[in-house]
Amino acid sequence: MTTEDHLHLPPADTAPEGDDRWAFGTGFTDPLHGVDTALPPGADGAALAAYCLALGDDALVLAQRLAQWCTHAPELEEEVALANIGLDLLGQARLLLTRAGQADGSGRDEDRLAYFRDAPEFRNVLLAELPNGDFAHSTARLLALSAWRLALFGRLTGSADPVLAAVAAKGVSELAYHREYAAQWVVRLGDGTDESHRRMQEAVDALWPRLGELLAVSATERRAVDEGFGADPAAVNEEFEAVMRQVLDAAGLRDPGPLLPGEPAGRLGAHSEYLAPLLDEMQSVARAHPEATW
Amino acid sequence: MPARTPGRTDGRTPAPGAANAPDPAPAQDPARAAAEEHFEATLAREQRIEPRDWMPDGYRRTLVRQIAQHAHSEIIGMQPEGAWITRAPSLRRKAVLLAKVQDEAGHGLYLYSAAETLGADRQDLTERLVDGRQKYSSIFNYPTLSFADVGVIGWLVDGAAICNQVPLCRSSYGPYARAMVRVCKEESFHQRQGYELLMTMMRGTQAQREMVQDAVDRWWWPSLMMFGPPDADSPNTAQSMAWRIKRHTNDELRQRFVDMTVPQAEKLGVTLPDPELRWNEERGHHDFGTPDWDELKRVISGGGPCNAERVERRRAAHEDGAWVREAAAAHAAKQAERSRRAGKEQAA
Repeated sequence: MTTEDHLHLPPADTAPEGDDRWAFGTGFTDPLHGVDTALPPGADGAALAAYCLALGDDALVLAQRLAQWCTHAPELEEEVALANIGLDLLGQARLLLTRAGQADGSGRDEDRLAYFRDAPEFRNVLLAELPNGDFAHSTARLLALSAWRLALFGRLTGSADPVLAAVAAKGVSELAYHREYAAQWVVRLGDGTDESHRRMQEAVDALWPRLGELLAVSATERRAVDEGFGADPAAVNEEFEAVMRQVLDAAGLRDPGPLLPGEPAGRLGAHSEYLAPLLDEMQSVARAHPEATW
Repeated sequence: MPARTPGRTDGRTPAPGAANAPDPAPAQDPARAAAEEHFEATLAREQRIEPRDWMPDGYRRTLVRQIAQHAHSEIIGMQPEGAWITRAPSLRRKAVLLAKVQDEAGHGLYLYSAAETLGADRQDLTERLVDGRQKYSSIFNYPTLSFADVGVIGWLVDGAAICNQVPLCRSSYGPYARAMVRVCKEESFHQRQGYELLMTMMRGTQAQREMVQDAVDRWWWPSLMMFGPPDADSPNTAQSMAWRIKRHTNDELRQRFVDMTVPQAEKLGVTLPDPELRWNEERGHHDFGTPDWDELKRVISGGGPCNAERVERRRAAHEDGAWVREAAAAHAAKQAERSRRAGKEQAA
């Protein structure tokens, strides 16, 4: 950037795009560069699509919740961090939805899938769609979802689907940061003041029964494992539980007890009352102008 | 060797709002006289004043006021655009907008840090903002009514900000100038992103084109007001220019913005809502109409369409977050105490 005292801006519509022009980056670099995006021979496209859709919807819906923190965060550093995490998840969602649209043969792109499905067609876990609550509830939820997703993505780097493997490889470093960020806040709030401890304990107590759905193994996930592109849920769940208990211990929080697998509600399209309004907001402009290009 | 802070009686605690008050100069103090001479000579050589250099109280106060106001503008400026992140009509636009608003938070952080090198405190500045004792750019008191506003803010508002800020990269205060280099680089990218959105919308449906024109109609005049009142009515400009904090007058920058923007509007295919706007061959510049300066005064003094809600939102976030910041401080103190004890036990 010149510091000379005149403006030589190139015409705005011809300027090159580049990640280095952003303060923090957008994750716009193509992680699929050089990856063969053809379906693996013999793979069940519908099963792969269902799996990618579930993981993509988790990321998209949580990114939407994180975006709702924007201008409400407790400190400017948290504004930056929460936006950063939201951007990472949005990037993961875009790749996974795109893959789902390829694999199911429908040719639907990321926007078609994000903006023109109704709530019962979404496959995210309910934990992602719950309202943010206070900062303690939001960080407890973020810890759970990022710890679970990191345990999963660490294993998906070996997926039989090269696209899923590439998405996971990129996602692992992102999710490690998300988990670290959330864990640090759970510890700070658990250890901090009486008030923060009380709020964090309440958040953990409220979170615990919701984790059963994460531990549930849906038909989609079972099929993915059978087909060789999914990760073994038992190993994922074991790592996830260990991380959760380790963080609670470091934070001085009471362990709410055993974690039991629940029913796979969201993976079947059975959502809470909170998803439809979230989608109404997200899809409002796109649906008001279905013929438009953005 | 630069002269450093003789006696440090130069007011480390700035009093924003009292900017440009004459310094009580103890003329007979030779150390002070030498420091002043060094300050003036540094300015005359177009070199930078750094945080530990002696500087006149008024210079410090003016900078704190200006940098804080700039930081506040970045943070309040997150609101009008941030309101559209959850509704962005494509995932790519959502990512671009989220990244942009994140950049604004980052700009606020650099600028608060620059103000802290002058002895200000971020917490205190934030309280001044939410109490209405410090201002931010009046432009952010206008509402964003459609997604086209996101593009127009990028094009016009960021464009005007760049005109204002590129000369600040040569501002005499080092930390501010360096922060502005980075801010300008990012702002120019935002401006291009905004313009690219508008280009795409103008190639889209009739409804999209109408949305863009409507947004241009609403943002054009407020954008011109971003350069501040006309020179004749800008009491602080002369001193700020003498101190080389500011490099051009408000009217010079406004003219530059108009000249830069008119060809971009033509290329975009929108009409700028000013019947007096035309090229003046003789001056080599565009002539343009007079902004409604009464409106600017009204908006600056709190009477704009969104003043109350912008400040209220910031106040609520700050107050709602207090328990989190307190917890972080308490945890850090406990950790420090634990390390201290562990160190003692190890020593024993």
